[in-house]
Order: sequence, then structure tokens, then C-alpha cells
Amino acid sequence: MSNPVVEVHNVSKMYHRDRVEIPVLNDLSLSVPDGEFVALMGPSGSGKTTLLNLIAGIDRPDKGTVTVARTDLSGLNESDMAKWRSRHVGFIFQFYNLLPVLTAFGNVELPLLLTKLSKKEREERVKTALDLVGLGDRMDHYPRQLSGGQEQRVAIARAVITDPTILVADEPTGDLDKQSAEQILDLLDGLNQQLQKTIVMVTHDPRAAERAHVQRHLDKGELT
Amino acid sequence: MYVFKLIFKNAMRHRLRTFLTILGIAVAIMSFGLLRTVVAAWHAGVTQAAPDRLITRSRISITFTLPIAQKEKIEQVPGVEEVTFGTWFGGYFKDPKDFFANFAVPGSQYFNLYPEFLVEPDVLETFDRERNAAIIGAGLAERFGWEVGDAVTLTGMIYPGEWGFVIRGIYEGRDETTDDQQFLFNWDYVDQRMLEEAPMRAGQVGWWVIRIDDPAKAARISKEIDALFDNSADETLTETEAAFQQSFVAMAGTIVFSLQVISIMVIGIILLVAANTMAMTARERISEYAVLKTLGFGGGHIMGLVAGESVLIACLGGGIGLILMIPLLNGVGAALQQWFPAFPIDPMTYPQAALATIAVGILAAVFPVWRAMRVSIVDGLRRVG
Ligand SMILES: Nc1ncnc2c1ncn2[C@@H]1O[C@H](COP(=O)(O)OP(=O)(O)OP(=O)(O)O)[C@@H](O)[C@H]1O
Ligand SMILES: [Mg+2]
Repeated sequence: MSNPVVEVHNVSKMYHRDRVEIPVLNDLSLSVPDGEFVALMGPSGSGKTTLLNLIAGIDRPDKGTVTVARTDLSGLNESDMAKWRSRHVGFIFQFYNLLPVLTAFGNVELPLLLTKLSKKEREERVKTALDLVGLGDRMDHYPRQLSGGQEQRVAIARAVITDPTILVADEPTGDLDKQSAEQILDLLDGLNQQLQKTIVMVTHDPRAAERAHVQRHLDKGELT
Repeated sequence: MYVFKLIFKNAMRHRLRTFLTILGIAVAIMSFGLLRTVVAAWHAGVTQAAPDRLITRSRISITFTLPIAQKEKIEQVPGVEEVTFGTWFGGYFKDPKDFFANFAVPGSQYFNLYPEFLVEPDVLETFDRERNAAIIGAGLAERFGWEVGDAVTLTGMIYPGEWGFVIRGIYEGRDETTDDQQFLFNWDYVDQRMLEEAPMRAGQVGWWVIRIDDPAKAARISKEIDALFDNSADETLTETEAAFQQSFVAMAGTIVFSLQVISIMVIGIILLVAANTMAMTARERISEYAVLKTLGFGGGHIMGLVAGESVLIACLGGGIGLILMIPLLNGVGAALQQWFPAFPIDPMTYPQAALATIAVGILAAVFPVWRAMRVSIVDGLRRVG
């Protein structure tokens, strides 16, 4: 376990609702070493998603700094941030968030459209990724033709297709039955063990958390 | 290629909604084309006026006649080449509602000033020889099924009684915009009967038609003609044929103007229809746009997707509308022939409709694009559905 990939330093974040300030994260710090598999737990509304969004570069803190893959995210403007995300972060959402008009293949290919890869190279990569998640035979299926667990596996293929530095997953098993959840966790485990991917996973599920090496608890804006 | 596929698939997600929107746009584009063509047809009637023809009428009103004696004086004015006249007859055939223009002219000489009415020389000879001869436009002949040799009786409204005519010739219009719906006959025929029945009304003409040697002199010659009759019992008002026709259609001009306004409003309506569809679409897809942004796609990509879909739907609707417009306009043109002797499809209608379509597509996307681009990723992702 070498130098940290993620460094969250004295970060605060609050939301405003009707002039009322709702503090969500309070002077919070977190460090995730390269190749680590971290589970973020905590009650609903404790700020897990908020913290994950800061790490993934889709939201910005009010105070403090977030450094991921040796990049200080506060120094990036919107379009640089978008570029940075496409290179360094793979996303896995609770509700899979696949585009319904694209096949499994099309969804996985999507992030590659922002690269300079040729059509042929893209095709090879997409096939490899879908094989990796065990859906090589489902390439031409649309999301509505897949089960929830299969959709999430497509989403994982989409997340890893660009070979990102870090994977973030927000309750990836939250909407799945036990068996499908196990498959997803096996996959994440494999990505972490065999490909040394750094994973930050938000979860409610203690069984999911067990699969991670490190479990952190978030409560009332503080980490324990 | 990839993007087009995505846009197309997106557009087809709500088939019924997309179909209805396309249908709405198609119908609107057809209405737009129809209104534009009616307006153009109207203007065609005005623009066919020859620039070297002046019309002199009673200063009091077009319904007042002028004495035949004015002719010689008008012919003396420098620049005047030839003078003829017409007298509005106002007769009808069987049904007064079945309007067509019918008026008395001084024989074949009238056609000297209307070279756009193509008539055989022997027809003109007959016309001069037979007092009750009539020459009618080809369009009118077709409309009433009249042929050369037919006896036709018109009922006079301005000149009461039954008037028998024999159709001796049919003139063709030189081009599409020529009025081929007129019924022309000898002024002598009317004048003789007036001499017997109402001598006060004999020796009167409706208006003078004057050909001048140079259109640039129109204003000066008009003034000189009117000056001839200043302070007489029959003061005149002379203007170019185009101006004359325009004053004639001033009333209808308001209607034409409203049509133009309506044609623009129609575009406004389809803009609302398309904008509504696109707004619904963009709202439903906010979370998808958020995912795309998360993956690193920029505002330009999102804009392309939303605007592309909008323009695609507009163009499908506009295209169908344009294709259906041709038979529609031809059908309407045939039905309205009596009102619009010329009903050519203005070639400008197509680029105008196409331009309007694309403008609608782009404008309809403005708000959804703005919305889709403005929503932050975090807010977009929270809207999971
Ligand atoms: N855009 C927002 N505007 C206002 N309040 C917000 C916004 N986003 C989050 N919050 C509030 O911030 C707090 C933390 O939200 P967050 O989504 O990070 O919680 P969470 O730990 O992920 O909860 P859950 O387990 O239910 O997903 C909540 O109280 C939430 O209501
Ligand atoms: Mg959450």
C-alpha cells in the first residue's frame, strides 16, 4: 500500500434550503491508499453520497481540498474537470444509469467515444470488458432486456472501460437481490484484487461492507 | 454517424408523442405554404400589371362613368401612344354569386393594349363584325364549359335586362399570371341599347386604358391627363395600372395582410408545439444528461443531442408538410380558380418553409438545452426515475 490516491483534507460542505444552512460534511479528512477497497457506511442523510461526489469530481467542497490521483480538483475548471473525470474515475450508480436507447455494447462503448481510439480498438475493448463481467453474449441486448444484476454488470464494464485510476460506487447493490449483489461484489473484489483498482464504495449493506478492506463510518458529518 | 443514431433513437422513444408533434408541424407547414401561396397569388394579380399602362377613371369613384369624348383629348397628350377603354357591365350567368369579370370594350382595338391576351386574328375580325360577339378567357371557358359558337345570356345588374351573346373566341393567357377569366364584348352593343332605352347613359365609358411610350414618364403624363379635365363635370384620376389594381384591392389588402400575420402565427404555434415536446423530453432525460456529463461529455455534446433531436423532429414534420403541400396547393388552386386566375406555387414558399422548419427546430431546443446544460450533475443524478 503506497502513497494515497485520494486525499480529502479538512473538507466542509453545506447545502442551503430556504435560507437555512444544512451542514453535511464538517471539517472532514480522509485518505485512501492506492489499491485500497474502502466501504463508506453510515445512516441515511449522513453525507456519504456527498463525500463520494467530491472525491469523484462531480461536486465541489465549500472548504478544504480534495486531491485525487495527484490532482488538486479545486484547481480545475468545469471542462478540465470533465476531462479529468473521463480519464481517472469510473462510476457505478445504485440504479445503474444506463442509457435505455443503447445496447449493452453501446453503453460500455460510451466513455471511449471521448478517446482517440479507432472503432476497431473500441470494439475489442468493449468485448473484453463485457467478457470480464460475464456478459459477452449479451452485447446486443438493451437495458430493458437485462435483469438488474446484469444491468449493474454492464455499468461496471462501462466504469472500467477507460482503465480509470479509481472506481466510485454509490450503493451498487442497493437495488439488487442477494444473489445478484454477491455477483457484483465478487466482480468489485476481483477488480480490486487482480487489477489493483482503488475502490470507494458507499453502502448500507453490512455484507457488502465486509468485502472491503477498510470500513469507514460517517455520522453527522464526521468520519469514524 | 453514432450521434445521429443516438438522436434518432432518442426521438423514437415516445413514438406517439413524436408522431403527434411531427404531424402538428407537418400540418402547420402546409398551412404556412397555403397562406403564403394565397398571398403570392394575390400579389401576382397586381404584379402582372404592365408598367406602360395607365388607367384613368372618374375622380369621384370608379362607379362613375366618363364621356367618350375624353378620348381625343387624352390622345393629344405627349407620350400617349394609344387609348382604349372598358366599361364594367356587372352581368351574371344564371347565378349572381358565380362571379366573373365581364365588361364592354371597343372591339378588337382593346387587344392592342393587352398583348398578354393571345387571340387569333380572324377571331378579332369576327369580333368587330358581329355586335353581340364575345371573347372570353380560356379559364372562364373551362369553368363554365363554354365553347366557341355557344350562345350565352347574361343578366345585367348595372344595365338591366337580358343580354344575349355569342362566344366567338377564346383568348389564352401569355403566361401563368395572366387573368384568363374575363368575358369581353363590344361596347357598341350596350351603347346602342342605351341610346334607345336610357339615352343619358349612352356615350359613357368606365375607364380609360392608356399606353405610354416610357414608364418613367407615368407620373407626368398622369398629371397632364387629369389637368385636361380639371374643373369639368368629369374630373379624372389617372394612375399606373399597378396602383389602380392596388387601390381596387385595398380592402382585400387588409385580408391579405391578416393572412400574412396568420402565416407567421402558424409558425409561432408549431414553435410552441415543438418547444413543449422538447421541454418534456429534456425534463425526462435530465438524469441521463447528468450521466453523460459524469462520464466526461461536455455541454456541447448535450446541446447537440437535444438540439439535434429537436431539429430532427422539426425537419421530419417540415419535410412531410412540404411534400404534402404540392398536391394540397394544386387542389386548392383548382378549387379557387375563379378567385385567383393565377395560383402558381411561389417557389420562395419552399425555402421559406424549410427555413421556418429549421428555425423552429433550433428555437424549440433553446430552453431545454439551457436547462440540460445548467443542471448540475449532482442535481441531475438525484433525479433517479
Ligand atoms: N442538493 C441538495 N440540496 C439540499 N440538501 C441536500 C442536497 N443534496 C443533499 N442534501 C442533503 O444533504 C444531506 C446528505 O445527503 P447525502 O445524499 O450525501 O446523504 P447519504 O448519506 O448519501 O444518504 P442516503 O444513504 O440516503 O443516500 C441530506 O440531509 C440531504 O438532504
Ligand atoms: Mg446516498
